[in-house]
Amino acid sequence: MKVSLFLTCLADVVYPASVGKSTVEILERLGCEVDFPKKQTCCGQPAFNSGFHRESRDVAKHMIKTFEEAEYVVSPSGSCVTMLHEYSKLFSEDPEWQERAKALSDKSFELTQFIVDVLKVDDVGAEFHGNVTYHTSCHMTRLLKVKEAPMKLLENVKGLKFTELPNKQQCCGFGGTFSVKMVPISEQMVNEKVEHIEETDAEVLIGADLGCLMNIGGRIERQGKPIKVMHIAEVLNSQA
Amino acid sequence: MGVKIGEGKFFERVDKGINDKFMRKAVKEAQTRLEGRKTQTTEEMGNWEDWRDLSEEIRQHTLENLDYYLDQFVENVAKQGGHVFFAEDAAEANEYITSVVKKKEAKNIIKSKSMVTEEISMNEALEELGCNVVESDLGEWILQLDDHDPPSHIVVPALHKNKEQIRDTFRDKRKYDKSSDPNELAQFAREQLRKDFLSAEVGITGCNFAVAESGTVSLVTNEGNARMATTLPKTQITVMGMERIVPTWKELDILVSMLCRSAVGQKLTSYITGLTATKEEGDVDGPEEFHVVIVDNGRSKILGTQFQSALQCIRCAACINVCPVYRHVGGHSYGSIYPGPIGAVLTPLLEGYDDHKELPYASTLCAACTDACPVKIPLHELLVEHRRVIVEQSGKSSFGEKLAMKGYAYAASNPSVYKIGSSSAPSFIGHVAKGEDGHGKGPGPVKLWTDIRDLPEPTGDTFRKWYVNREKGGGKS
Ligand code: SF4
Repeated sequence: MKVSLFLTCLADVVYPASVGKSTVEILERLGCEVDFPKKQTCCGQPAFNSGFHRESRDVAKHMIKTFEEAEYVVSPSGSCVTMLHEYSKLFSEDPEWQERAKALSDKSFELTQFIVDVLKVDDVGAEFHGNVTYHTSCHMTRLLKVKEAPMKLLENVKGLKFTELPNKQQCCGFGGTFSVKMVPISEQMVNEKVEHIEETDAEVLIGADLGCLMNIGGRIERQGKPIKVMHIAEVLNSQA
Repeated sequence: MGVKIGEGKFFERVDKGINDKFMRKAVKEAQTRLEGRKTQTTEEMGNWEDWRDLSEEIRQHTLENLDYYLDQFVENVAKQGGHVFFAEDAAEANEYITSVVKKKEAKNIIKSKSMVTEEISMNEALEELGCNVVESDLGEWILQLDDHDPPSHIVVPALHKNKEQIRDTFRDKRKYDKSSDPNELAQFAREQLRKDFLSAEVGITGCNFAVAESGTVSLVTNEGNARMATTLPKTQITVMGMERIVPTWKELDILVSMLCRSAVGQKLTSYITGLTATKEEGDVDGPEEFHVVIVDNGRSKILGTQFQSALQCIRCAACINVCPVYRHVGGHSYGSIYPGPIGAVLTPLLEGYDDHKELPYASTLCAACTDACPVKIPLHELLVEHRRVIVEQSGKSSFGEKLAMKGYAYAASNPSVYKIGSSSAPSFIGHVAKGEDGHGKGPGPVKLWTDIRDLPEPTGDTFRKWYVNREKGGGKS
């Protein structure tokens, strides 16, 4: 199966190689042929959510073209895949582009969703030792409606001691530009999230969206708490 | 009171909210309680999503045919001796209401809970006339006693107060000398209100739903106060937003159930009242005169626009009860009698952006509201739509933001530019990653980010470098 990786701008620009590398390695281990279209940029969500729809249309067109030849597009971010699914709404008055947008959204999947729903794999053979908890990102669960897949995969990771996060459904306070536009509110939200993470005694917080992880992890760092933040791809790529 | 409440700028109100420990504790507890109960009663139904679909359909159908159903409702009220008045705005509504009160030479007025009367500042208009207007909903009564403290929630208006604060208000204003036990407090309020019920010449109510096929006004309460307010006084005035219509009792049945479950997690509240016209011969109670004031006040402007779905709202507050922003800032921060997600959508529609331009941004777009809404209003999408209008039409987005977004879009649709940006990012991020004593550094958004958080430290290669090396190495590493 041929898979094109949509890395997302945070994994591309802000984070070191690890998340993308893990994604590639897991998919290859599961028998996929992975390529990385180098022209890819960002999904356009920062502009879209800020109301700059004309601008996000330009970004969307670029991404549609970049992935036009792909058989499947897989991304380590539920939020960015949700944005790809929004593209067709941007072109409600442009049937040709709407068609192309729809074609992209039909073949785009979040990583865990792709592994469980398309590859039909629940156990990726990973091993990871430690007390962990998992943050359910809002866009991934509520908009993309991917709830079970990450849990199924984590359940089968050897050595993992999992505790459910209290109030797990509650947003961490990232919200893209919200995190810098509404700093005082975002701060309260992420503080509450960190408190709940501490209640689980987890050493590692796992998440499937780098936006949330950057927010929660950044706050944990600032508070000097001994909790590590990891992307689910990094955990699923861990071997004994 | 009007839609707008409170003084100060948005961020000042937010700071005040965040620093109000009592309020925050009360809000957290209320959210947990109300959301918990809601989840329980909706899960019980088994097919909650089907009920949501159906309710959305009912509301959409009604709004699409609002003229027709309003006409039918009016005709049926009139047929049964009631009077109907269409008020285009708050001033017209108040003029009519005060004229009825004047004609009756009424001095004492008892009210049941109604958001639309707050919206049009009806109490103030009646008080100006010299009337004594008493709120009979317990929460509203508490706020009224407490020097007209504004509501912070559309179903539980005094949600921001704890029982000790309520006890103190009762003590200061009404010489209450008992404990802060909720039962004792409620008992005291009941005793105090009794004489107001008995002396009132006019009863004023809101309206949860108005049934077109029979000209009936229905009220949903847990205290029974609406029943008292509509059976004791000789004259009744019901004030309703023009979108409160349901076609028949069948839809009423469905929507009342959705409202009760979503608002307070009950299958039905203790009192569901249906009022049709005036007292007839042989009836023991009921008003002799019945007026319905149908208020537009900006609603018809929303019809037919991309915001029409906001009018589907049945004011259950489920979106407020799950909102993580409301949770931390409380209702007063919104500066509107309609707080939370629905408030952030509705307030700028009713009042314009000038005083409320932050509201569409006071959301992470986490979509908890959209998921909770029993009539499926896509609240988070409407917030984005507001942002789009602000950017494209109102000219209220800042120059800096415009520039940043245009720059972003240019880079994100031109890979060669994006590459320059991205290859220089890690060292730049390394420079600002830690902020400085929690004060942050770096330009604009980066400073704001590092005010409260660190940025990830750039360690090791970027993905692109790894990928390219690997390709050069002839494939898999
Ligand atoms: S928007 Fe929906 S959830 Fe919010 S108050 Fe209205 S009906 Fe209830």
